[in-house]
Amino acid sequence: MSHSNSFPRRRFLQSTAGLAGLGALGMLPIASAHAAAITVGFVYVGPKDDFGYNQAHAEGAAAVRKMEGVTVIEEENVAETVDVQNTLESMIRFDGATLLFPTSFGYFDPHILALAPKYPDLRFQHCGGLWSADKHPRNVGSYFGYIGMGQYLNGVAAGHATKSRKIGFVAAKPIPQVLLNVNSFLLGARSVDPTITCQVIFTGEWSMAVREAEATNALADQGCDVITCHVDGPKVVIETAAARNCFVCGYHADQSALAPARYLTGAEWNWASVYTAMVKSMQAGEAIPNFVRGGLAESFIKMSPLGPAVPEAGRAQFEATRARILAGGFSAFTGPMKDNRGNEIVSAGQAFKESDVELESMNYLVEGVIGSTA
Amino acid sequence: MALSGRRTRADMLQRLAPWARSAEAVVLPVLALLTGLLVFALFLLAVGKSPVQFYQLVYLGAFGSGFSWQNTLSRASPLLLAALCVALPARLGLVVIGGEGAIVLGGVAAAGVAMLLGDVSAAIALPLLAIAGAVAGGLWIGAVGAMRHYRGVNETIASLLMAYVAIALMNHLVEGPLRDPASLNKPSTLALDADFRVGLIPEIGVHWGLLVGVIACVLSWVLIERTTWGFAARIAGGNLRAAQVQGLAVGRLVVAFTALGGAFAGLAGMFEVAAVHGSANASLAAGYGYTAILVAFLARHNPLVIIPVAIMLAGFEASSGLIQRRMGLPDATVLVLQGFVFIAILVSETLYGRLRMFNPERWSRP
Repeated sequence: MSHSNSFPRRRFLQSTAGLAGLGALGMLPIASAHAAAITVGFVYVGPKDDFGYNQAHAEGAAAVRKMEGVTVIEEENVAETVDVQNTLESMIRFDGATLLFPTSFGYFDPHILALAPKYPDLRFQHCGGLWSADKHPRNVGSYFGYIGMGQYLNGVAAGHATKSRKIGFVAAKPIPQVLLNVNSFLLGARSVDPTITCQVIFTGEWSMAVREAEATNALADQGCDVITCHVDGPKVVIETAAARNCFVCGYHADQSALAPARYLTGAEWNWASVYTAMVKSMQAGEAIPNFVRGGLAESFIKMSPLGPAVPEAGRAQFEATRARILAGGFSAFTGPMKDNRGNEIVSAGQAFKESDVELESMNYLVEGVIGSTA
Repeated sequence: MALSGRRTRADMLQRLAPWARSAEAVVLPVLALLTGLLVFALFLLAVGKSPVQFYQLVYLGAFGSGFSWQNTLSRASPLLLAALCVALPARLGLVVIGGEGAIVLGGVAAAGVAMLLGDVSAAIALPLLAIAGAVAGGLWIGAVGAMRHYRGVNETIASLLMAYVAIALMNHLVEGPLRDPASLNKPSTLALDADFRVGLIPEIGVHWGLLVGVIACVLSWVLIERTTWGFAARIAGGNLRAAQVQGLAVGRLVVAFTALGGAFAGLAGMFEVAAVHGSANASLAAGYGYTAILVAFLARHNPLVIIPVAIMLAGFEASSGLIQRRMGLPDATVLVLQGFVFIAILVSETLYGRLRMFNPERWSRP
């Protein structure tokens, strides 16, 4: 550590004073000098062409790559272990990344939290939404989107397409983010026909193609004729369901190319809009807020274009519902509402909007969903 | 004159003989490694990429700077312990490939015990966590050995299937009885008390599990090469019937060696929890148990050789990111490289005893 003493302190003070003076006069273009070169690193937990979670983020990275003065570096299939710490540090040390997007939920605690204090001048943006001012470093930010509303719109399209009035959901794990999607899907369908039921099967893993195919087949065997999912890569579910002549609703990214005739619509992330905005504010020298959320109205999520199988009445209700969500204040969870074991979860007169924190600790399946959280 | 000349030549050969045998064990794997790297270079040329740039990046990413070493060693650390779970049973002729299950359960056991401990000092807690991890892993793989010996169940299949059971068990415990209710979207056990966390080795920046792994490899080598137990195990591994005829307690050896291997893998899981994750969750099933199979086979189940081999494979993985970013190659590139090296080393196994220069007993023959 002796070399740090060899820094000419006096000259440093002189130049800092000089710079401060220039800055005060408004003559130093600090912001644009910063914009000249920024390297942004994206880290994905799976393959970036998975038709799902990682592809959605990679599409956002591709949009950032087109911006001027930005170099984008990427790494895929990085495990939620010490690997991600090493990957991020490698991007920082070898490629000079100053803005990092470790995109998997499990990267946050302990990995990002361990690394961020070592590099206080760099910015770590994490997808998932856990940042809290009193617990976490200032150079870490969290962002997430209200994609439950996208699954609600999926449900509206599904409600019009189903003949058996049974729809199906292939889910990874019974955690709040997933339960919110399952419940929203059913509630959207029930806004069309309140007798519709939704069967959910949990695979227990974020990415396990064999179990996802088995679950999809099991749903089709039970008569579900519209199927959606919340797993990292929906490809297997979409292709299997379409092969069983079910209609499908997408998730994470646009999967219409996998089943053009049977794809109704899909709840997609709009990371291109979110990431370009964040990089733009970084280039302008503005601070990115540490905690960011948004939905359809804020362009955090978007819907795939409606497929040919959605009937005319469905299109009308879909567009009307989308307009209500865009207008703001829409709540899918309005009381009185019971879970599928008969407990009251929303009391009469109560209503939860997409931004209400009560929805973030969801641990129930609403009445009409067939399945169990444990 | 001619006679004495022949004698000195024979003397010289005699003195060289033991060296020739040792040289075989070094030269063959190194040549195989170089062959694997060379064939992979041809593969790179075939897809229009520069092998020179590739190997430069491998060096830079794996060993080219202090950070590169930290990156490599942090990845090698769980592999050292997990590879022993393959190498120790292998000395008895058993192919155990389910170390992943022991890692996962070792981690859960350590996290579970940490939840039970109240206000105790780290000096008491850490050994207890280590014992918990080792016992869990030891019981799991020891059961594989017991089933093998007493019921004739194939240990390879049994250990692999039991790894799936272990992961399912971990998911059940972490998402059910042991779940921290505050871990909403990533079900985990309660975070370990800060006092119970294993820190980093100063200057190296890698947790103490690395040192424990190195010590475990050395002790395992001593056990196999320098004790009667190890000698008995090698006899049983060479010829089971002969060992039984000699009156060796083969059943006890099988259970002890599988359990010891499992205990080391369980210890790897404990370090993942106590040094890396801070709690047990699904990230424990990161595949170290499977990479460790490769490590142990490349090391020919010699615990000392596991150390450099684990560092080499970890180095390949540490450089994987740079290769993706600088050369635009997919992340599977390093897996392909590992595959080439693995096949080259397996092929080289068939050469042992066949090359005249390494086999003194064939020198006299024309």
